[in-house]
Amino acid sequence: MLKENATTIGTPVPRIDGPYKTTGIAKYSSDHNFPGLLHAVPVCATIAKGKITGIDTAAAEAMRGVVKIYHYGNAPHLYRPIPRDARVDEARPAFEDENVYYSGQYVAVVVAETMEQARAAARAVKVSYAVEKPDNRLDLSEGLQEDGLHEANKRGDVDAAFSTGTVKIDAIYITPVETHNPMELHASVATYDSGKFVLYETTQSIVNHRTAMAQMLGVPVENVQIIMKFLGSGFGGKLWVWQHSLLAASAARDLRRPVKLVTDRRSQFTNVGHRPRTQQRLRLAATAEGKLTCIQHDYSSETSILDNVGENCGESTPFLWSTPNLRVRSSMSRRNVGTPTAMRGPGAVPGLFALESAMDELAIRLKMDPVQLRLLNEPEKDESNGLPFSSRHMKECLTLGAEKFGWAKRNPVVGSMKKPDGTILGWGIAGASWGAGRIPTSANFAFRDDGSVRIGCATQDIGTGTYTVFSQMVHHITGISMGRIEVALGDTSLPPGPLSGGSRVTGSLFPAIQDAVNAATKQLLQIAVNGVHSPFKGAKPDDLAFSEGRVYRKADSSASGVTFEEILRSANLRSAIGEGSSVASQQDPKAKGLSLHSFGAQFVEVEWDPGIARLRVSRVVTVIDGGQIINLKAATNQVEGAIVMGLGMGLLEETVYDQRYGHPVNANYADYLVATHADCPPTIDVTFLDYPDKAMSEIGARGIGEIGLAGVAPAITAAVYHASGVRVRELPVRIEDLLQPSTRKHRA
Amino acid sequence: MIDFELTRVGTPDAAIQIAAATPTAQQGATIRFIAGGTNLIDYMKLDVETPQHLVDINRIPDLAKVEKQPDGSLKIGALVRNSDLAQAPEVVAEYAVLSQALLSGASAQLRNKATTSGNLLQRTRCPYFRDLAYAECNKRTPGSGCAAIDGYHRNHAILGVSDHCIATHASDMDVALMVLDAVIHVQGTKGNRTIPIGEFYKLPGTTPHIENSLEPGDLITHVTLPALPEKTKQIYLKLRDRASYEFALASAAIVMQVQGGRMRHVRVAMGGVGTRPWRMPEAERALEGQAPEERVFRTAADAALKNARPNTDNAFKVPLAKLCMIRALTTVTNA
Repeated sequence: MLKENATTIGTPVPRIDGPYKTTGIAKYSSDHNFPGLLHAVPVCATIAKGKITGIDTAAAEAMRGVVKIYHYGNAPHLYRPIPRDARVDEARPAFEDENVYYSGQYVAVVVAETMEQARAAARAVKVSYAVEKPDNRLDLSEGLQEDGLHEANKRGDVDAAFSTGTVKIDAIYITPVETHNPMELHASVATYDSGKFVLYETTQSIVNHRTAMAQMLGVPVENVQIIMKFLGSGFGGKLWVWQHSLLAASAARDLRRPVKLVTDRRSQFTNVGHRPRTQQRLRLAATAEGKLTCIQHDYSSETSILDNVGENCGESTPFLWSTPNLRVRSSMSRRNVGTPTAMRGPGAVPGLFALESAMDELAIRLKMDPVQLRLLNEPEKDESNGLPFSSRHMKECLTLGAEKFGWAKRNPVVGSMKKPDGTILGWGIAGASWGAGRIPTSANFAFRDDGSVRIGCATQDIGTGTYTVFSQMVHHITGISMGRIEVALGDTSLPPGPLSGGSRVTGSLFPAIQDAVNAATKQLLQIAVNGVHSPFKGAKPDDLAFSEGRVYRKADSSASGVTFEEILRSANLRSAIGEGSSVASQQDPKAKGLSLHSFGAQFVEVEWDPGIARLRVSRVVTVIDGGQIINLKAATNQVEGAIVMGLGMGLLEETVYDQRYGHPVNANYADYLVATHADCPPTIDVTFLDYPDKAMSEIGARGIGEIGLAGVAPAITAAVYHASGVRVRELPVRIEDLLQPSTRKHRA
Repeated sequence: MIDFELTRVGTPDAAIQIAAATPTAQQGATIRFIAGGTNLIDYMKLDVETPQHLVDINRIPDLAKVEKQPDGSLKIGALVRNSDLAQAPEVVAEYAVLSQALLSGASAQLRNKATTSGNLLQRTRCPYFRDLAYAECNKRTPGSGCAAIDGYHRNHAILGVSDHCIATHASDMDVALMVLDAVIHVQGTKGNRTIPIGEFYKLPGTTPHIENSLEPGDLITHVTLPALPEKTKQIYLKLRDRASYEFALASAAIVMQVQGGRMRHVRVAMGGVGTRPWRMPEAERALEGQAPEERVFRTAADAALKNARPNTDNAFKVPLAKLCMIRALTTVTNA
């Protein structure tokens, strides 16, 4: 049923939800209001470790508008999620006991008639503590000791290969805690009626949210409905359930009134996850000609006291470059911080900072061009498992990127590329990769008697263009114009769809949509041959075909056919419907036995003005091997945004904790530095290679939400070294690192 | 935020009459004037400021004007918004350093709201002052200690610090006003008076909660900038981690003339490094009458930072401040 003509696949189609957002019609989760709505404001722990010894709510309860104050002494029971069933990174329900494990932990929640009243009363709740000294040490080297490391991947003998290596690198790389800071704060609007919850949530995964909330509230899953129509971004921070959702839903059930809880910006830094700090040791060895002989990647990531959420820094290491000897080992170091969670490109992004920095250092030691070093170590297959890559074009990413960037003009001598105004250019490069694969997806599809069609799926658009991608795919399959396609997402009443994480949605959709359209078409043709007033009455369904919105006899042209709405009207039917689904790549014979990944190359230019220690990123050229691009505009936007985020990771972002008290020091939008428009490089040049990955689906899409961030930070630090001669192995690169390295007290 | 009373007044006298009842015009004031509110409301939401009564001065007529005076000075009303002041033709033409400083500060939205008098009273961005989770802050709670000295203090002051407080004065505008020798006009319970900006701000010493010379009831009505000599060169250079919307790590405001190859009427001040906007007479003396060359600039920068008292995280501010001053001097003398 695929058509070659008139498809919008791969073209820059404007978002169909754009007008809703630009006109303010789009209703975000916290925009939902109901009669009798109450407002909840949590009380957050002002210590990072210890026990609650008393909670005095008398003054707060006497305040105007206060309805109820919950804490561990009086809160309705909440359960933990079933392990490995529902995913919740912070499994301990709020108020489970009197223990405090991190600064900002919810110790009570005030419910009042207005947000202002709840907020004022929350300040008036007096909590006393038995305070203990928290552990917020930055140095994670305890996790890099031999006895604490767990082997994740191994081939050959790295120790032997390293000891006999000709050219070697052995270095420690550090990435700091980064905090997701989407514009839209986490929020929950909970309604409860006749035993059923309808919850308006800021979530990247309505299906998991429903399962987890049902388990933690202790109700059957069918009693919970999750709705999320528009998300003001998530970056992974909104993938899993956080405690504020529980507080709102539990209060709504207890009080029999709708409850809204919008977290504040400070809570973004304490209660809803972050990218954990990592400390990584890379040992590389190569022959004098630059062939890698070993890669050893040991790392420890910080995690919370109670949970086991680590950063999988070795995600890309086993397959990115060819080496006969490899070992990846990991551990976690517990600290008094809130539970970490996935942040855009989890694992691979900080891991690639270390691996690709080490590759750059190796190239310098080899006196070899860093692009050349990577081309020389291109693997023929995935050496971690011996499987062929489904579609890998890393060499083309590197060579095309080099050509577009003008890499051949690079003088490798440090500080040699001076501009007339005295600023120095630095050029750096890094490779990138991110996993690919489909996750199980189901969808329903309806032809309707008004000439419209509807595609429905319980997945969600987190601001990336998923609504539009659905519409494009349906258009591609049916030929029906996008203006007549309704896309229904963000409601768990729909057939279960994928979570918006791991860049998996776009790649997962196509087979399920195709299956649903096929099922609906089958029904439509059956209606066509059965209808009393149908022009096809008495024909066999097999004699008929459907395309461009028309049913026709196979023997004739489609122009001779009858529109689907006419068929439906002639039978007095509102719709012809079908359900479809697709399996995970692991279950798909076409994908089994293949290694599925996206690849890319990042070329970065920095301008370094040593006279005022000013460093700015001036140019980025990115080439992405991400399968078939569905929407060029949305995809380019995803990668450009990721590059700007990478600039923040490289130069600006770091959540700082006070070492004595364990509180985040810069927990607000002014002091936690994300890149501003003024920081964006004047040139960001994004190219997609557009090779369809047929192991993914007939259309060959892989998903590009995360790959654009991978490799940006190490390309920046490589460029910084090229410009300034300073190798920064701990992010972010700060002015003081370039002025007088190693003066930062809080550094490890 | 606690409940408070709001009174809108139409005259300075009405404002002063109400505000005179506050026991202090410094930290702990029970009555505050509100103009743009960009700083005060922020701190009220954090419970760092807990006034019981706000006196809204926005409706007092004639305080939002920029006017040239007969003596050549420029009169800037207390309610002139930062964005309006930055674009005022007289400021752009004659006091470019002020325009540049204003435009380097905050965000467009904040500049549209923030006022001249409010910015004179801008509070520090010290995270320990802002956060009630820390018991120690001598500025917030006199005598409680200073959590910053042994805490995270990357953006804290290196000049004018004491054992009681190392909080940085955060304003850009006030640094420019220092080199323009601005005069602050105050109407109070005992009548009108003027305060040269160099005498307005207090060093923290043992009393960091006292930041300026305002008394209960004192209302800043306007600021005047004396006429500058002919053909002055001016610059405001601000260094920071990101390109926009961040307080200075170091900034330099410079006004001077270059006559016959010599620097004259040199005025230098720096922001981001001091516990108050920091005028640098040592640098001015080192530059005055000299030829504009790098060696002289370096000597001036060394002299200006000679008494710097950096802590650990902010040690880099000493070399950074020197670079900032040298680049500003180089740029302004080449202009």
